[in-house]
Amino acid sequence: MFLSLLLVLLIGAVAWAGSAVGFASLFGVALPYLALAVFIVGMVCRMAYWAKSPVPFCIPTTGGQEQSLDFIKQAKFDCPNTRIGVFVRMFLEIFLFRSLFRNTQADLVGNNGTGTVYYSSKWLWCFALVFHYCFLLVFLRHFRFFTEPVPFWTTCLETLDGVMQIGAPRFFMTGGILLAALLFLLGRRVFNEQLRYISLVNDYFPLWLLVGIVCTGVCLRYFDKAEIAMVKIFIMGITHFSPVSPDGITPLFFAHVTLVSALLLYFPFSKLAHMGGIFFSPTRNMANNSRRVRHINPWNPPKQYFTYAEYEDTYRDVMAEVGLPLEKEPDRAAE
Amino acid sequence: MYNAKTVITGIIIFIVLCTAPFWVGLTGKNYKSTGIVLPKDEKNCVENVKFMRAEHMRLLNEWRDEALRKENRTYIASDGKKWSISLQNTCLNCHSDYKEFCEKCHVANSVYPYCWTCHIIPGESK
Repeated sequence: MFLSLLLVLLIGAVAWAGSAVGFASLFGVALPYLALAVFIVGMVCRMAYWAKSPVPFCIPTTGGQEQSLDFIKQAKFDCPNTRIGVFVRMFLEIFLFRSLFRNTQADLVGNNGTGTVYYSSKWLWCFALVFHYCFLLVFLRHFRFFTEPVPFWTTCLETLDGVMQIGAPRFFMTGGILLAALLFLLGRRVFNEQLRYISLVNDYFPLWLLVGIVCTGVCLRYFDKAEIAMVKIFIMGITHFSPVSPDGITPLFFAHVTLVSALLLYFPFSKLAHMGGIFFSPTRNMANNSRRVRHINPWNPPKQYFTYAEYEDTYRDVMAEVGLPLEKEPDRAAE
Repeated sequence: MYNAKTVITGIIIFIVLCTAPFWVGLTGKNYKSTGIVLPKDEKNCVENVKFMRAEHMRLLNEWRDEALRKENRTYIASDGKKWSISLQNTCLNCHSDYKEFCEKCHVANSVYPYCWTCHIIPGESK
């Protein structure tokens, strides 16, 4: 955990110091271009790799009663047998994290801890959902830097986000909630013994990286304020492929950009690739119809069949000679 | 590749979404300068330029609290000069052109402060 924290701090510090001594174009222009290219190419390669992998068995997760006799009620979305059912299941999975909603927590009960009881545990679902949606909203809010004039929906989002009218600049709730959700997801790994035992650097690193991005972003808005007009001119230079001089923008801005670039660079090679991976999960995207439709393993080698009819055709005369029973007699076979 | 049609459609959607900041930006205008017009007859603001650019919203927020909640109408700037705390009479005295000053940065960056729910925008009747 501390290793990944140090790594994130190091990335931020290098970018901050680097842009302070005059390498701002490197961190503000070259790195984002590179990171976006690596992100897109990496994710496309990853998805192509998944799409090329055969699925040998029909293995959808059955989360309820499968389709059976008419008077047995089927769990249509937890154990779908049609494409529509699968679509609904995937939709609920991607937009509402339905699998996490069923998360349980096991505990031992009884005198000697002999019994097991499962409690419903919704915290992970709740904070994961909050995190993902806040992250999306924060990303969409950033379109005010990419567009001129600023689209209507961005302004709407900002109005809603700052509806509490706290302070000036107005406090955006998604920023704060995002940070809270991230700290929960991090705290979960730190304070839950079992989870801490299985957590690795590649679990902590993305969390710290996101915390770093959110903190630098929050600082840029409320504390070490970036000159927003200069930032927009700079960003529009990048999106129009004619970068302008980064002079006069606080180094913290470049730390923010560098951390985002680090996230993009890291994305395709890490567990964060679940963004694309969710669509390729055979346990979710297959219909549970294995009793009606035969699932053929795509990597089965072509089989060399030698049917009994062919066998008899080949050896009919010899078989007739020794008096073996035949389906077709030799004289009749010729007809 | 299995389910090639669906996968390729998905990949195209992914690329389109990921490059959105670029093509959404290219559909609109470029933004090369703020085009802000500074007041002609006054050279110094309440604080220095750097501070005012970055922190004017905080200053205004504090001024509002001082004036309306603490009934303190005097602000002592970092250079010792005394200012009367008033948006209408101090700030707008020099920055009288709303369209050429406030709006230039605010609209471009989608900043819609709630100053004007109480104050009257200069140059407009209401």
